[in-house]
Amino acid sequence: MELICPAGTPAAFREAVEAGADAVYCGFRDETNARNFPGLNFSREEMRQSIALARSRRVSTFVALNTFMRAGDEALWYRAADDAVVADADALILADFGLMAYVAEKYPEQRLHVSVQASASNPDAIRFLVEAFGAKRVVLPRVLTVQDIARLTRGIDCEVEVFAFGGLCVMAEGRCSLSSYATGKSPNMNGVCSPASHVRYRQDGADLVSELGDYTINRFGPGEASGYPTLCKGRFEIGDVEGYAFEDPVSLDVIDEIDALRRAGVTALKIEGRQRGKAYVAEVVSSMKRALQAEPAERAALVARLRMMSEGQRTTTGAYDKRWR
Amino acid sequence: MTTTAKPALSLGPVYFLWDGPKWRDFYFRIADEAPVEHVTLGETVCSKRQHFSEPHVAEVVERLEAAGKRVTLSTLAMVTLERESRHVRDLIRDSVHPVEANDLSAIGLLKGRQHSIGPLVNVYNAATARVLAARGAENICLPPELPASSILRILEDMPGFSFEIFAFGRMPLAISARCAHARSKGLTKDNCQFICGEEPDGLPLRTLDRQSFLVLNGVQTLSNSCAMLGDDLAPLVEAGLSRIRLSPQDCDMVRVAEVFRAMLDGEMAGEEAIAHLQQVYPGIPFSNGFLHAREGAAWVARGRAASLGHV
Repeated sequence: MELICPAGTPAAFREAVEAGADAVYCGFRDETNARNFPGLNFSREEMRQSIALARSRRVSTFVALNTFMRAGDEALWYRAADDAVVADADALILADFGLMAYVAEKYPEQRLHVSVQASASNPDAIRFLVEAFGAKRVVLPRVLTVQDIARLTRGIDCEVEVFAFGGLCVMAEGRCSLSSYATGKSPNMNGVCSPASHVRYRQDGADLVSELGDYTINRFGPGEASGYPTLCKGRFEIGDVEGYAFEDPVSLDVIDEIDALRRAGVTALKIEGRQRGKAYVAEVVSSMKRALQAEPAERAALVARLRMMSEGQRTTTGAYDKRWR
Repeated sequence: MTTTAKPALSLGPVYFLWDGPKWRDFYFRIADEAPVEHVTLGETVCSKRQHFSEPHVAEVVERLEAAGKRVTLSTLAMVTLERESRHVRDLIRDSVHPVEANDLSAIGLLKGRQHSIGPLVNVYNAATARVLAARGAENICLPPELPASSILRILEDMPGFSFEIFAFGRMPLAISARCAHARSKGLTKDNCQFICGEEPDGLPLRTLDRQSFLVLNGVQTLSNSCAMLGDDLAPLVEAGLSRIRLSPQDCDMVRVAEVFRAMLDGEMAGEEAIAHLQQVYPGIPFSNGFLHAREGAAWVARGRAASLGHV
């Protein structure tokens, strides 16, 4: 299986290439991609140079243009697609049907990947994307079990890429407006979720309270480790019970499922984390690369360190295991 | 002189789990009393619930059609299991009614057939709407997240096409493979005992500081606040909006439809409509923030709405 690695900066891009990535994915420095964070992403020139560097090392580059085009400003997304093609990207990762149609029509030779944000979760959905836009690969939403994936790959003429490590969306990706309900900014429209611009921490007696917009997302007692207030990883009250209503502050780790995913017909494993630093990228990519090549019995030791780098130092196999539901 | 056609009222599918008789009687009353032209129905949120409403679909459709309503059948919002895929395929193959697509599988299977696109499909611009229209979509209900500036631009770019917006009801904000509703009661999705039926209007989720925030409805998360577009609708109607969607809550939806009809007919002012609806659906805050490019939970009062076209 290919290892698809994140890069939020040219430095992280180089680290990913050095560490053994088969492909690196990245985006332009604007709202055309779903990690539109301050200080992150690539200028046109940086993109061109990075793609050239990767090419010289036989590493592919996938350019993510995976937000939804704002009505009236479609030209911003079209231009980003044009520039990614000119920069010689190996694939464009797209979520918006209108943008897919543009790329499929204008650049029929350009390899088109379907972003996880498009939420293609079954064979009929993927057949539609292949038929309508000539999609070559689909990144699956994190709503499927390994068994679901095996069934799905048998019924389609399209490669499948799945998330293996890093941040975990609890909700079906691309179908969540929780962030914009609280802040006005969403992954689909602005390329951000639970944005730092709307985060506030305040001390309330002995408690540290984290807020997103006007809403309390968590409350940490003395000595309790605090975390970033990502909306779906917050603590809430239902009835009289307080707890993590959607998901604990954990991240995804399916290293134990590598063989099952390979057998299920998965083409590529994807590491989340374009917002992470270059040291993180280097460590995760090289560990994952070794894990992919190792015998199952050797894997645990290889990845123990990796798990320490995860959000909250705790991981889950998420929806890949039926019991998560 | 130019006259603006009045938009039609459309009733969206019941997102919540109501038992069979409650579901049937709700639609019987809609058929007999509610001034809505379009009714979209059928389980949309969770395939496990389908057997509750399915025995009553035929009689409900018959009653609605006898009353002159145009019926559309809804498809599932999230399709992951083979059983669910088969259900969508069978529905599309066998239906003599138009179908509303709520996921990509339905969009694919409906090519060349008369169909609608539901608000759970990501249509953020006219380029996407054109792709869907070229495949046979005849009506598109835009996602609740869209600001007025985007809606106006889409209407302008596709004159004559039937667009619909979500104007009343708790807004669908997210869907997951995991059932937070069942989990909150110590169960899992696969062994849920249909526990979401205990909350026919959603299970309130509050912040640790006791702020009302969201409601759970099985695998779906909705806003606690109820979308309420009143005077906000005027510029959209003027720009050619075709349909106004009312999403069923566990309240008097006949009265909700009457108030909207009166408002659209110019017989009731927006402020008055809001006052009425606060009695019909008491204790639930109204919101229109998404339309004003604000946080979705916000309520932008009428004075501010004057700037609608400039947000």
